[in-house]
Amino acid sequence: MNIHASRRDMLKGGGALIVSFSIGGPLSEALAQGAGAAKPLALTEVDSFLSIDPKGVVTCYTGKVDLGTGIDTSLRQIVAEELDVPLRTVNLITGDTQLTPDQGTTWGSLSIQVGGVQLRNAAAAASDALMAEAAKRLGVKPEELTVADGVISGGGKKVSYGELIGGKQFSLKLDHTKPPKAKDPKDYKLVGKPVPRVDIPDKVTAKFTYMQDFRVPGMLHGRVVRPPALGAKLESVDEGSIKDIPGIVKVVREGDFLGIVAQNEWAAIKAARQIKATWSKAETLPDPAKLWDHVRNSKVFRDEVTSSIGNVGAAMAELDARTFKATYDFAVHTHGSIGPSCAVAEFKDGKLTSWSASQATHALRRQLATMFGLSPDNVRCLYVEGAGCYGRNGHEDAAADAALLARAVGKPVRVQWSRADEHGWDPKGPPTLIDLRASMDKAGNITAWDSDFFIPQQTAGGFHVPLVAASLSGMPADAHTAPGNIFQNSAVPYKFPSIRTVCRRLETTPFRPSWIRTPGRMQNTYANECFIDELATAAGVDPIAFRLKYLEPNDKRGLETLNRAAALAKWDTRPSPRKEQSGDVVRGRGVTYVKYELARTYVAAVAEVEVDRKSGEIRVPRFFIAHDCGQIINPDGLKNQLEGNIIQTVSRTLLEEIKFDRAMVTSLDWESYPILKFPDVPEIVIDLIDRPSERPWGAGEPSAAVVPSAISNAVFDATGVRLRSVPFTPAKVKAALAADPRRV
Amino acid sequence: MAKSVSLNVNGKAVKVNVDDPDMPLLYALRDNLGLHGPRFGCGLGQCGACTVHVDGKAVRSCRVPLSTLKASQKVVTLEGLAKGKTLHRVQEAFIAEQAAQCGYCINGMIMESAAFLAKTKNPSEADIKKALANNLCRCGTHARIVRAVKRAATVA
Repeated sequence: MNIHASRRDMLKGGGALIVSFSIGGPLSEALAQGAGAAKPLALTEVDSFLSIDPKGVVTCYTGKVDLGTGIDTSLRQIVAEELDVPLRTVNLITGDTQLTPDQGTTWGSLSIQVGGVQLRNAAAAASDALMAEAAKRLGVKPEELTVADGVISGGGKKVSYGELIGGKQFSLKLDHTKPPKAKDPKDYKLVGKPVPRVDIPDKVTAKFTYMQDFRVPGMLHGRVVRPPALGAKLESVDEGSIKDIPGIVKVVREGDFLGIVAQNEWAAIKAARQIKATWSKAETLPDPAKLWDHVRNSKVFRDEVTSSIGNVGAAMAELDARTFKATYDFAVHTHGSIGPSCAVAEFKDGKLTSWSASQATHALRRQLATMFGLSPDNVRCLYVEGAGCYGRNGHEDAAADAALLARAVGKPVRVQWSRADEHGWDPKGPPTLIDLRASMDKAGNITAWDSDFFIPQQTAGGFHVPLVAASLSGMPADAHTAPGNIFQNSAVPYKFPSIRTVCRRLETTPFRPSWIRTPGRMQNTYANECFIDELATAAGVDPIAFRLKYLEPNDKRGLETLNRAAALAKWDTRPSPRKEQSGDVVRGRGVTYVKYELARTYVAAVAEVEVDRKSGEIRVPRFFIAHDCGQIINPDGLKNQLEGNIIQTVSRTLLEEIKFDRAMVTSLDWESYPILKFPDVPEIVIDLIDRPSERPWGAGEPSAAVVPSAISNAVFDATGVRLRSVPFTPAKVKAALAADPRRV
Repeated sequence: MAKSVSLNVNGKAVKVNVDDPDMPLLYALRDNLGLHGPRFGCGLGQCGACTVHVDGKAVRSCRVPLSTLKASQKVVTLEGLAKGKTLHRVQEAFIAEQAAQCGYCINGMIMESAAFLAKTKNPSEADIKKALANNLCRCGTHARIVRAVKRAATVA
């Protein structure tokens, strides 16, 4: 299978160039308008999102890409449902800057909530137009028409979509703020059903073409040679050191960027390992033993108050107030894609074509255009699915590497990052430090909640992470700091008399930051949901009862979600910690509740843990979750996402932490940066709350937010000691147990 | 100087031209033979994405230099697991259980499980988890993968 060929064919065929012909308009008029008008890309045009060929095959165009989450299937379900066509007749073109509308980066759990809803709007508008046209052609009132499998019937006659519109444009405007009326959910046949994923058969039979498999004719292989220390300067390169390796095409040096292009991949790999280069010394990273002091003392760019109610200071100063404080931290993490980043680039006639697994091809196009001084019109970025990225990993950087090498040799070049490139050079989830304070009155009611989140700034002007190749080579780059919207969920869903939550946006952070799955919401929810558990214990109240007391009583969906998680886990209502456990292994349970961004998807979870007090090891045998993301498009796909979020975040919580010295990341493989393995994966019990008549919300991230605090709270329930530093390693558990004043 | 190396891949005798006879099998399969099943994940034998069968045994192809293979040794990749149009029971089970997210690790999961089930009848869930302990999945598809292997085990 060769995607390249099919993409080329598509370009030549109906994909990019569609004869412009308004529905119902005479053919001569269409021809007068000029055949070959470019396919529209604006979000305000139906034709930007879909076309129907004479055979009735529907092609959807979307800027949202399948990162392994299954949206290639669920987006098809939405369109097939709205148009009443069989799922198999819907094709999807994704993430191609020349063909697909810019619906924003594939992030933030917005592919269904925004991307899918926009597609639904386009399909609903198309459906209305097709029905109106059919009524005219068949001479039947619109309300007497029925539609099935893309064929409209009425008055004993019928006409197919292909006959009505086949290959022509709808030329219809679309206003997503005033969308056309969509189908009534009670008539759904595909949405809400566990439709099998369209990609899985090819993935289990090796027919699927991942980015890492993608090839173009005449392509060469590139590898990058990164500095051994962040900020090191390239002083010299001894090209003679690789002269024994056959097949080397060029050693490419541009500033501190060093790369090798070879005829074959293995030659490039060997050369990258063998080449002798000297670099200046650089020690730009903080002492890892003092990371949290470094974060706390970093210069604050700006304080962002994310919620403020009443007077926190006055409440805390009340004479009879009991005050509490705690500090939480969450380590620097990598995305940890199983397939290191990969890209292919080609320069031809002053134009750059870039194939990558970027979650943001439209943003990448702008970045590559800046880097190479090209007009964005002369850069085309195409998405080819890679290994899951879980945020902004190294795919865009590999795209910049490939483009730089391709320009240097005048041929298409594929760059495959090594494992060490990925662990060392993907942008990182930044270190997160959180101070929390609260006060309580004599009756055990919280009177004040006050928090500071020490997190890097998000610079104005866009969410794009500087490209490594641009920075190293000294080519034009965006000097952005872009960790994403990591302020989200710093404010709490609880109603306390006084609240102040502040994000202390730091000017700098030790590693190039980006968003890792559930950015900020995971770290912030962890601290907030642990601290409220601390307060529940101080008040001597059951942790769920304590939360329910402070939740907005009108937020029925939130209350229901939390109550359903409690029921699912057969929650034993009592204060934490659990009493009188003997033996080395003790058990506990912990709860967490999140309303994502305080505005959408609700998740409540209960973790069960076993803690070995001797070894310090934590096991999570079972994890319960109740989840309300509104209308469910594909319940099996949704479960797959929830299971994935929980397992990945159990891994982050128990094991993961970037290790580094003053020069560089030192955890460059899976042994030094381990992730959760099969024997340690929890059983996951899920209660999906489906609300077909509500709008669909996102599910790719929210359930990751509940994991670290549920585990920490469960460990407290089991042991009576509180873990406030992710990851919860055995050494930290043992230290916490040893420091426990109640220890005999 | 390019050398021709003889291999038996998916039941066919093939020759690949390589400059370095110590090149790992993975690159011969992917780059010389254009196969997509075995995947590059780490090159260190730590993740399992590159797993293939050599004489029925699951091996990490990123750690097998071509020079250590005999032309008679049977290399089977994910492409060669099905018998004609009939999928291997493990492949069928992975589809039935929808056991993939990004699917990048799935080659290794299937190849490891197929070799494991060929020598293990009626494995327990713990046996399956142990057999797959050195195959990494980042998407968190583990529960489905274990269910798929269990399902395949019952279709002996």
